[in-house]
Amino acid sequence: MADHILQMRGITKEFPGVKALQDVSLEVVRHEVHAICGENGAGKSTLMKVLSGVYPHGSYSGEIVFDGEVCRFPDIRASEQRGIVIIHQELALSPYLSIAENIFLGNERSRRGLIDWNRTNADAAALLERVGLTENPTARVMDLGVGKQQLVEIAKALSKDVKLLILDEPTAALNDVDSDHLLGLLRGLRQEGITCIMISHKLNEIRAIADTTTIIRDGRSIETLPMTDEVTEDRIIKGMVGRDLDNRYPEHTPTIGAELLRIEDWTVHHPQHRDRIVVDRANLTVRRGEIVGLAGLMGAGRTELAMSVFGRAYGAGISGQLYKQGRPIRLRTVRDAIDAGLAYATEDRKLYGLNLIQDIKRNISAAALDKLARAGWVDDGKEFEVANRYRREMNIKAPSVLSVVGKLSGGNQQKVVLSKWIYADPDVLILDEPTRGIDVGAKYEIYTIINELADRGKGVLVISSELPELIGICDRIYTLSAGHITGEVARADASQELLMQYMTRDQRTLTGLPAEAIEDPAHSVLVADGPVVPRSGRSAGTDD
Amino acid sequence: MAADIIQKNPSPPVPDSPDGGFLGSARRSLSQSGIFIAFVVILLLFGVLTGGTILAPQNISNLIVQNAHILILAIGMVIVIVAGHIDLSVGSVVGFTGAMAGVFIVRMGLPIWLGVLLVLIIGAAVGAWQGYWVAYFGVPAFIVTLAGMLVFRGATLLALGGQQISPFPDTYRNIFSSGFIDGLTGYVIMPDIPLLGGGPADVFTLLIGALAVVGLVVSQTRSRAARIRYHQSVGSTGAFVARLVISAVVIMYFAYKLALFKGVPYILILLAVLVLAYSALMNRSVFGRHVYAIGGNLHAAELSGIKVRPVTFWVFVNMGVLSALAGIVFTARINLANPTNGNMFELDAIAAAFIGGAAVTGGVGRVAGAIVGGLTVGVLNNGMSILGVDIAYQQVIKGLVLLAAVAFDVYSKRRSGSH
Repeated sequence: MADHILQMRGITKEFPGVKALQDVSLEVVRHEVHAICGENGAGKSTLMKVLSGVYPHGSYSGEIVFDGEVCRFPDIRASEQRGIVIIHQELALSPYLSIAENIFLGNERSRRGLIDWNRTNADAAALLERVGLTENPTARVMDLGVGKQQLVEIAKALSKDVKLLILDEPTAALNDVDSDHLLGLLRGLRQEGITCIMISHKLNEIRAIADTTTIIRDGRSIETLPMTDEVTEDRIIKGMVGRDLDNRYPEHTPTIGAELLRIEDWTVHHPQHRDRIVVDRANLTVRRGEIVGLAGLMGAGRTELAMSVFGRAYGAGISGQLYKQGRPIRLRTVRDAIDAGLAYATEDRKLYGLNLIQDIKRNISAAALDKLARAGWVDDGKEFEVANRYRREMNIKAPSVLSVVGKLSGGNQQKVVLSKWIYADPDVLILDEPTRGIDVGAKYEIYTIINELADRGKGVLVISSELPELIGICDRIYTLSAGHITGEVARADASQELLMQYMTRDQRTLTGLPAEAIEDPAHSVLVADGPVVPRSGRSAGTDD
Repeated sequence: MAADIIQKNPSPPVPDSPDGGFLGSARRSLSQSGIFIAFVVILLLFGVLTGGTILAPQNISNLIVQNAHILILAIGMVIVIVAGHIDLSVGSVVGFTGAMAGVFIVRMGLPIWLGVLLVLIIGAAVGAWQGYWVAYFGVPAFIVTLAGMLVFRGATLLALGGQQISPFPDTYRNIFSSGFIDGLTGYVIMPDIPLLGGGPADVFTLLIGALAVVGLVVSQTRSRAARIRYHQSVGSTGAFVARLVISAVVIMYFAYKLALFKGVPYILILLAVLVLAYSALMNRSVFGRHVYAIGGNLHAAELSGIKVRPVTFWVFVNMGVLSALAGIVFTARINLANPTNGNMFELDAIAAAFIGGAAVTGGVGRVAGAIVGGLTVGVLNNGMSILGVDIAYQQVIKGLVLLAAVAFDVYSKRRSGSH
């Protein structure tokens, strides 16, 4: 008989019109790391919100038994007092406050209303040591990278004498190095006797660390798997999705043509700290019909590279050359970049990519209103038709194009972003983390869309932190390390180890390309028909 | 395209749109036209409290004429708020531009059209000045326009040289405040209808009212038909007709009252032109879309290639021009350019915009809403004056009404699930 620290039985939670959870059960063994898997919208976060008291007792039906006692939490404080602490995907840290202040936010080390700073900082330092941070407790949280901020959140949880730690997508925004550190920390916590529940999409991590996995689909608990060796990632996916996924990445035979975009000697300085070089003499090409990947650790400069190319939307002291179809171009503003045929789908779609309070229709037309307007007046009917077309073709799940974008799921929001940029009819699309925070099924849809864009003769540059994804869909992958392009690898030669090797190189050790790269025509998937001949205007042989 | 090839996942059913039918549609209309309903209710409330005085023809006419300057400011203000900014200087600019109108037209004796033109240009220059600091230099609008409030109040004193300017020429007053189109097509003697009154009613006014109703019905029907054609969801026919009928009744009521008094005020024509033009601008023009996009998510707008700085700049230039227009209208009404003209007008304009449904964070707001909001504030002012409420209490009540209006809006938005 296993010793269950938590038993949730028959949990049903409804919202107007939607049954988010139906008769869900969850049993967590003491001291284990229990993973919860499911597609976006399956109900994982809702279940955790019920457990932690965000949805108070009375707003759901069913029973929660924690540590042997039936619990009826009226709010989060009540669950925290019992030792249940939840760390949300969007970190709840106050950026301008210090690490110590954040750790004890709401739980201050005070006496008679006055904060004891010495105690605060000292206790914070001790907690930081437990999670492996060497930062000064008085440092401002916003000056830390997101990996370290995540650790501050865990320190905060430890300060509350946590017994059951719930982590919602803990490594979603972390690079591999930080992710490994975090997983190691969780193992350590397990040793200390803390039970962990981890909601995650990263199946490899679940396999690496979880003792048990519960799969939730469509608001129901489907199955609970002990993580033995037989339980492969594919087995988990099958449970999540309800059917076999033969391929996680759609088949694609590339037809690669002439050079479309060339970035040469591209150097970018930090906008606030002008002496800091963020991108250093980067060289990069994208060809027609080609899907090129850009891999790098967090902070390597991928987004900075993309945004600075995209009409100098980021950076200062930018130098280098850009060539579109062989012709030099100067992109001084974002509008210049769009007019030149570039598109950039931002890394954070909610922050930079979408107007969340507006409807789908207006978001889709946002980058190309000129196509719908005459003499400054927008044709509403045409806009509606265009939006509807994309809703159908991209399979955006919403009642109508007048639905507010803020209420769509991550996958559907990303499709709106892609629709916006596809409608702007670019030649080159730069997609920054296009499948972040999206479930497996929607990811597949987006890969398919990317393939189709390539088939239509566009060039696609995909920036991603998921190496398997890059290897799965890209024809060629560049690696960026500390602002330098350190490698260029063809798909046939690409492996996670090789890419990681290049991604962790300190500086460019070679003036040319690494030896393992694409010189061997037998392994090459590059130019199909000999040397590239630049032409003015569009080259023939494409559909647009 | 993608739809053919992808393997579809079973996913939770998308919730159906909330109940259809008459009641559901009525409830939705209610939340959207909440301010309009509130306005009618407040008007009727004061109608009862004042024993019908507030609804007398002269009073209804005055309601429009005496609040015109606030309504003009509200139109500009709602655009500034939608763009995500605020303008605290409009009261001072009204004072300043009114003073300059006095200087040009009364002291210097320039022809009225020239004086008006120069004043509008000055308004544009003021807007450009503030717009530069907000849009290009990056100083928060709150600070820039707070500084403007002080600067232009001082400028008013300088322009007037510490004196008042009065009177303004009759033509000036006539065009911008006291003029009416009266008796153009004769009168019809109306019997004394209970609650509506009777007497000679200007036919032209009634025709204009009827024209407005027809225009409303036609445009609403066409847009509803267009929505149906594009398979957009529309409320039930019953609710649609009810809304039109109520609007028509309100319009004709106002038209009748105006007809019994002095006919169509020139200023109403000016207001109507402004409302129609600016509504069209915000709803249907590329510029209007850009304003909503910038207010909704500045970064997303930037990265979509929208030129944020020029758009913001012109929003403030526009506010400056409208402030100048309000300055002209106000001096025409009180026949006086005074150092304290325009004092606190910005608060009325801001209140009008928020009561009309604008959001504090930007990205939401409508011209029509601001007008109804402005009229609501006007009715409050007027009604409380008629009742002889102490000026101090008037302030308290106005403040509480503003709070209640926005709180109600927040509440109903939360309930309907959109936020």
